[in-house]
Amino acid sequence: MSTMSMPSQAIPKDDARPFVEYAFVKGHFAWGYFWFMFAIIGGFLYAGQFLQAYLLPGIEWLSPGRVRMIHTQGVAYGFIANCFLGALYWAVPRLTGQRVTHKYLGYFILYAWNALTLISVVGILFGEAQALEWGENPVWIDPVVLVGLACAAAQFTPALWKTKGKLHYVSIWYFSGALAWTGLVYFMGNFGPEYWAVGTGGAALTGLYIHDLVGLFVTPIGWGLMYYFVPILINKPIWSHKLSLLGFWGLAFFYPLQGIHHFLYSPIPMYAQYGAVVTTIAIEIVVTTVVINFFATLRKREAFMVNSLPVRWFYTGMILYFITCLQCSFQVTLTFQKIIHFTDWVVGHAHLVMFGVFGFWIMGMIEYLWPKVTKAGEWYSNHLSHWSYWLMGIGLIIMFSTLTIAGLVQGYLWRDLAVFEASISASVPFWWARYFSGLMILIGAFITAFNMYKTAEMGRAK
Amino acid sequence: MFENAKTAFLFGGIFMFVVAYLWEGYLPLSHLNEMKVETMEELTADVLPEFEELAEVYPKEFKEYYGEPTSEAMAEALILGKKVYTQEACWHCHSQFIRPVSNEATRYGPVSLAKEYSNEMNYPHLFGTRRVGPDLIRENGKHSNDWHVAHFYNPQMVVPVSVMPAYVWLYDETVDPPVPNKKGMAIITYVQWLGSWLNKDGNKLNNTGKAPLADEIETETDKKLAELQNGDSK
Ligand code: HEC
Ligand code: HEM
Repeated sequence: MSTMSMPSQAIPKDDARPFVEYAFVKGHFAWGYFWFMFAIIGGFLYAGQFLQAYLLPGIEWLSPGRVRMIHTQGVAYGFIANCFLGALYWAVPRLTGQRVTHKYLGYFILYAWNALTLISVVGILFGEAQALEWGENPVWIDPVVLVGLACAAAQFTPALWKTKGKLHYVSIWYFSGALAWTGLVYFMGNFGPEYWAVGTGGAALTGLYIHDLVGLFVTPIGWGLMYYFVPILINKPIWSHKLSLLGFWGLAFFYPLQGIHHFLYSPIPMYAQYGAVVTTIAIEIVVTTVVINFFATLRKREAFMVNSLPVRWFYTGMILYFITCLQCSFQVTLTFQKIIHFTDWVVGHAHLVMFGVFGFWIMGMIEYLWPKVTKAGEWYSNHLSHWSYWLMGIGLIIMFSTLTIAGLVQGYLWRDLAVFEASISASVPFWWARYFSGLMILIGAFITAFNMYKTAEMGRAK
Repeated sequence: MFENAKTAFLFGGIFMFVVAYLWEGYLPLSHLNEMKVETMEELTADVLPEFEELAEVYPKEFKEYYGEPTSEAMAEALILGKKVYTQEACWHCHSQFIRPVSNEATRYGPVSLAKEYSNEMNYPHLFGTRRVGPDLIRENGKHSNDWHVAHFYNPQMVVPVSVMPAYVWLYDETVDPPVPNKKGMAIITYVQWLGSWLNKDGNKLNNTGKAPLADEIETETDKKLAELQNGDSK
């Protein structure tokens, strides 16, 4: 079986409950987009600090460091988690032929998750942060987050497991794996370094956590959704089922081992660092096969890149994914690490992957689903959607490339023992470029927010 | 069987996760855990001269916040200082480890060793992944208290190109010039403490860039860890 198309199971006729709960897709997308705006306004504010132009100075609870933490927390828990949940509410029932576990559980997750995010943000602003990257939400809220994650697993896993037959479509493995991983990752990452593993050992666990949150939560759900949406939108089965098998199991095998590459040349024992470097390079090879699979699928359907905005978002994201992975297999080597670690290069990389890949995929999903779930049928303005695509796309590329160069400049100046101030002065032009590219992204984001609002209004009027 | 939701969950999800944590988590931890975790009492057995200096320069305020510059008072200041460091996300702009590459030993001081982090101040560690500003693990003695007092109040007053935020709320602004408040004294104590263990008893270490400084390595465990750390990373 080299091609395996998606299952389309019969839905029992005597059950009047809606099969896909539009309210949850819509609710999670709306909240997710709200957090997206919130988070990037935070990022933009913080970027001003680098230009000695922080817009709200001298206010304790809006201190730049705190705003930086809500930027990344807002992106991860507000934007990405919400939008992924929304997309799962659409994809899982259709893929599996099963309803999600329960409607009330759905309402509970929707409100509880966003309340949690809000409490975390307020907690961070009022000085309750935990000193763990991606885990800055206050330590007292971590157990509640775990309950939230367990609820999400309870909502989707039964449907995935009940899927008929023994051979399931690739998206189902990705979702199933991710629902197992996320809670485990969160538990180890937030409690390990805080209570059980001191200092250097804690850093080893933090490394695993920083990376696993991207690799075992965001990446598998993102790819699972791509395997679902792309074939449907371009009306063609995925090119090779075997390659998708390699992609998933490669990820499951190598990804969890890589985290310590965030702390290379630290006092963590070298064998653990080597293990991380080798598996990181291995995964880059594996993910390249995934990208190849998707581009082979696109063959003879290239016109969709031009005509269909969702497909264009998806494939732009995939091109950027390929760049991310190529970049990563270089930057993870000890040679590159000497120069680029601690610099803006890494920040460029983070924006490329979190926004350029997963953010763009989410934009594509919103583009495709929002008119459907609001019952408007079409966007208020396609024109505005295109503006948003170009502003965000160009903005991101400027941001990524300038930060990458800035990283090299900083790294070499540090190695050459220039006074620290020299590296600051040399970075300022690049930080201005980031500021303006950030502004482009922000404008693009506002345009889509307006468009979404108007589209929802059209839907209500119908 | 590899194309099934349950296998993906149980084998891919849970089993592979556990394998990874055994390999990249438990294994290094099992080595690192041979080190003793120093308690707050041990860390503060000798009171930092910089902490005592704060008591001399701001006698009235210091007395109000911390009483006498004792070990207990210093422990309190360190814990509060770390809290400020956490809530202001200083650790998103400053790292706390020196690598054996890129001339960092020349710029900052001796390469970091695992045992320096094996103490109660490192739950959780504050290694950091970004250097908007310089590394701070060798900060002790680089600047005077007065420098820090001016710098935290307004970094650009001291370093005009600085992009570090001003932390005016760490000061009592009702007096002129403003005096560090309890949190302000705590953060100064904390940054002065970083690396102070190397500067004790006139034991100024030379910046050779070699991590395992022979006279610094006391126990067998330390020696083994230093070897594991720097195997052949040069
Ligand atoms: C936006 C990033 C940023 C944040 C947040 C930040 N700093 Fe800084 N810090 C810098 C920069 C840049 C420098 C170098 C210029 C200077 O000395 O002001 C610096 C310098 C320093 C120095 C002097 C280092 C030396 O050896 O010369 C200390 C000490 C310091 N920071 C401590 C802190 C503490 C404590 C906090 C949190 C309360 C903090 N910083 C928050 C960016 C930051
Ligand atoms: C308006 C656009 C944006 C601006 C101006 C901006 C700005 C920033 C700044 C200044 C930082 C801190 C960098 C540092 O520590 O040196 C940062 C970090 C980060 N941002 Fe953004 N950001 C924007 C949009 C986004 C988006 C859309 C995402 C993801 C969807 C994102 C994800 C991240 C991540 C993951 C980090 C952490 C980087 C690291 O620690 O290496 N940002 N951002």
